[in-house]
Amino acid sequence: MAAAAEGNNEGGGVDILGHILDSNEWHLGPLHIPLPQFELFGIDMSITVHLLMMWIASLFLLVTLITSTKKRGLVPSGFANAIEALVIFLRDDVIVPNVGAKDAPRFMPFLLTAFLFILACNLLGLIPFGATATANINVTATLAICSFIAMIVGGIRHNGFVGYFVGLIPSGLPLWLMPIMIPLEFLGLFTKPFALAVRLFANLTAGHVVIISLISLIFVLNTLAVAPVAVMFALAIYLLEIFVAFVQAYVFTLLSAVFIGMAIHQEH
Amino acid sequence: MEGLAAEAYGYLSAGIGAGLVALGAGLGIGRIGQGAVDGTARQPEATGDIRTTMIISAALIEGVALFGMVICVLLVFK
Repeated sequence: MAAAAEGNNEGGGVDILGHILDSNEWHLGPLHIPLPQFELFGIDMSITVHLLMMWIASLFLLVTLITSTKKRGLVPSGFANAIEALVIFLRDDVIVPNVGAKDAPRFMPFLLTAFLFILACNLLGLIPFGATATANINVTATLAICSFIAMIVGGIRHNGFVGYFVGLIPSGLPLWLMPIMIPLEFLGLFTKPFALAVRLFANLTAGHVVIISLISLIFVLNTLAVAPVAVMFALAIYLLEIFVAFVQAYVFTLLSAVFIGMAIHQEH
Repeated sequence: MEGLAAEAYGYLSAGIGAGLVALGAGLGIGRIGQGAVDGTARQPEATGDIRTTMIISAALIEGVALFGMVICVLLVFK
């Protein structure tokens, strides 16, 4: 947000997109740190701001989780308490009701990682000079692909390779419905992760665009009188954004659990 | 008034589309809120469950609304 206030000195147009898209320089207020750019086998592997933010989020999660759960007594204390409460909430209220108690330990690592990583990335975007890695469609698409792989692998492992695809179509249907159901169900396999990706991406990007637009109102209208109103609105949207960060991480995890459960237990 | 340039149609439709998307999302989530408040009024013990279900449904419907929004934004930048 500090970056948004600094870079919008044009009276007419405002570079909203510049603050949301990935870039090769980390804008820290007046300081622009260029990040290393290099190519590997012809593919552009330069380090961009969103990649840096993902690393920071992963590092933060690793450090926090490992140091707080180091003392493995039977009853955790301190921060480990909070983490245990979170994990138990996710396991008992999100994963086990959807995936089943028998398969839950197999999918818990992935779903917990997804939740914590998405949450960390979302919240990093709200800190000044941070950028939201999950506001990049590539990041959310990758997370959705990981969910998709979990779905398919879980389904095939449980139902057999052919059995999974045969089980996609509900039993007891008249034969003339088959030509419609087969492409429909097959397409349904792909729309679910697509929806996951777009939902996360759009929610995060929309929130940031609204905040940047509100603050940029001050610069576009070129008056200071608009400032209290704009800042108040932007503060309200900011608080909503914090809420949305948690909710979107939770909804991604919940829907992934639901889809994995649907893939494993195919009795409609 | 002659016909507008192609770009102008794009901007116009993006604006109208965004308005319609917001309308649809507002109506849908309003109905969820109504159902949630009614359910809580009938059975205050179920407040926690109803609240969770309401938030999940609202997030899902907003997902659909934001699909439409993404299409509008794509229109503006093509």
